Amino acid sequence: MFQVPSLSDLNVAAALPAVVLALGACVFLVVDLFVPRERKHITAWLTAGGLSVSLVLALLSLTDVVTFGDGEEAFFGMYIADQFTDMVNVIVLVTSLLGVMVAYNYLDRTNMQRGEYYYLLLFTTAGVMFMGAAGDLVVVFVALELLSIPLYILTGFRRPQEQSEESAMKYFLLGAFSSAFLVYGLALVYGATGTSNLREIWQAVDSMVAGDTSAQFLLLTGAGLSLVGLGFKVAAVPFHMWTPDVYQGAPTSVVAYMSVAAKVGGFAALLRVLVAGMPNFMLDNGTSAAWMDVTWLLAAATMIVGNFIAIVQSDLKRLLAYSSIAHAGYILIGVAAAGVPRVADEATQAVLIYLMAYAFTNVGAFSVIIAVERDDASNTGLSSMRGLARTQPLLAAAMAVFMLSLTGIPLTAGFVGKWFVFKAAIAADLIPVAVIGVLTSVLSAYYYLRIVWMMYFEDGDGEAATPRPLAWAIGISAIGTLVFGFLPYLLSDMAREITLAFGG
Amino acid sequence: MLSDYAPIAALLILTVGMSSLILFMSRIFGPYRPTARKLAPYESGMQPFGQAIRRIPVRFYRVAVLFILFDIEVIFFLPWAVIFRDLRVYGLVVMGVFFFVLTVGFVYEWKVGGLEWE
Repeated sequence: MFQVPSLSDLNVAAALPAVVLALGACVFLVVDLFVPRERKHITAWLTAGGLSVSLVLALLSLTDVVTFGDGEEAFFGMYIADQFTDMVNVIVLVTSLLGVMVAYNYLDRTNMQRGEYYYLLLFTTAGVMFMGAAGDLVVVFVALELLSIPLYILTGFRRPQEQSEESAMKYFLLGAFSSAFLVYGLALVYGATGTSNLREIWQAVDSMVAGDTSAQFLLLTGAGLSLVGLGFKVAAVPFHMWTPDVYQGAPTSVVAYMSVAAKVGGFAALLRVLVAGMPNFMLDNGTSAAWMDVTWLLAAATMIVGNFIAIVQSDLKRLLAYSSIAHAGYILIGVAAAGVPRVADEATQAVLIYLMAYAFTNVGAFSVIIAVERDDASNTGLSSMRGLARTQPLLAAAMAVFMLSLTGIPLTAGFVGKWFVFKAAIAADLIPVAVIGVLTSVLSAYYYLRIVWMMYFEDGDGEAATPRPLAWAIGISAIGTLVFGFLPYLLSDMAREITLAFGG
Repeated sequence: MLSDYAPIAALLILTVGMSSLILFMSRIFGPYRPTARKLAPYESGMQPFGQAIRRIPVRFYRVAVLFILFDIEVIFFLPWAVIFRDLRVYGLVVMGVFFFVLTVGFVYEWKVGGLEWE
């Protein structure tokens, strides 16, 4: 007879922000059924309320004002509620709140105002939160599906429109394919170590006999396949093919959200699996993890391909899609740097700082596209930026801030993120990758600054509309980008104590 | 470590070997007089024609998906029901959470008309 656990053993309170959000999503789903079609704003406000509550809880937990639960592990080690989890939660919750704001009017004018939009968004957010907190390979996978499946639906949300349906189909098929890679990888990791718990995997790798090449081979294959599956989610080259098509076809408010949320989830899972689970998996050299070399190669390829193809894009959404691929490359540098044990913490913090900076900047940039986009999804070409500074000076100024931040100009959040990532790379002796990163950043200035040039120095209609919540979202994003740019220590303080290592 | 999987490899080789052997032997020792009719794919005596991939109303898929939902519910409920006395409050609460999530889905599907055929 096995020992029946008691309810307090679950330690549900430690997972409070995520549990509140998941529960909220279920409740709002039922509430929304009784909200008449023309008053779906109620669901939007409920969703924003749920996200705010969860965000406050996550912030309290991050700043150590309140400690939820008893110890860091909940659900028998399946959920890890540490500082890393809190920071991931804060990033994704801020993104979701901005995502609700930008969707509020956009859904109205494109005739998509349905309650499903909001709670699918909540489910995705819950998926990202569980992914960041995963203490077990099973949670990584289930959370990945919770993150992905609502996104497939949201991508096709503009239903009778063919482009949207097409992109949803592409995303779904390729996403299902990549999930298969991930499951296979996780299964092989399980096969090599005999456990699915990350802490136990870490211990198993530690005690793995150096001469046991067959287990090492299994683990290496498992880590590689997991990298493929998660590389797809974060749009790393060569698994990036879906990104431009999906970003172009999906409703822009969805893209604003998913371009950040899916990346946060993917990178959180990558860090949990590779940096927390197998940082000590070294083949022969004993100085860096076995998965480091392939990760930095991926990073280099992603930066080069993303930035070069972005140059020739003529559609804003496609351009930002390639830009988001390029940024996945910069973040991957941080993941690669974490392969050197003495830099692991610094690199992990750098990745989170980058993601935080990227969240504000990228949601902001897509919000500006929402402002210029017409109701029939047209006017997203580069030329729509012409003359924007004359008709909409504030909007153009905000867009300029976002573009400078994406380039990585000092005094913007983007610079802070790149600074920490490159610093970690140099500390990890990955100097060639850091050099590629700097060079491709210079290259990216061409297409980002061209948009600024078009807004300020070329003539055009510059048509745009910024109704209330959208304007708030753009304002908050711009302020966030600037504040973190001027006061980088806010970000680094937030991330200072984060570590993924299973030490004690 | 990899040698632990040797029985699986042995099973794989045995099954493939045995089935090819049987096919091979019956071809050598049995009579073989093919006609066009004998070689035709069997489809309940009907004349096989057309493609296997046909358009099927999407409603069937919906019913199938809804069926899976309830099927899985039963699959999880059954073992719990067998030992639910031993699991006491813990089992009841955990199953309650599971049931809550399913019920939310069920209410949604009912309300949006997922259970109606037309």
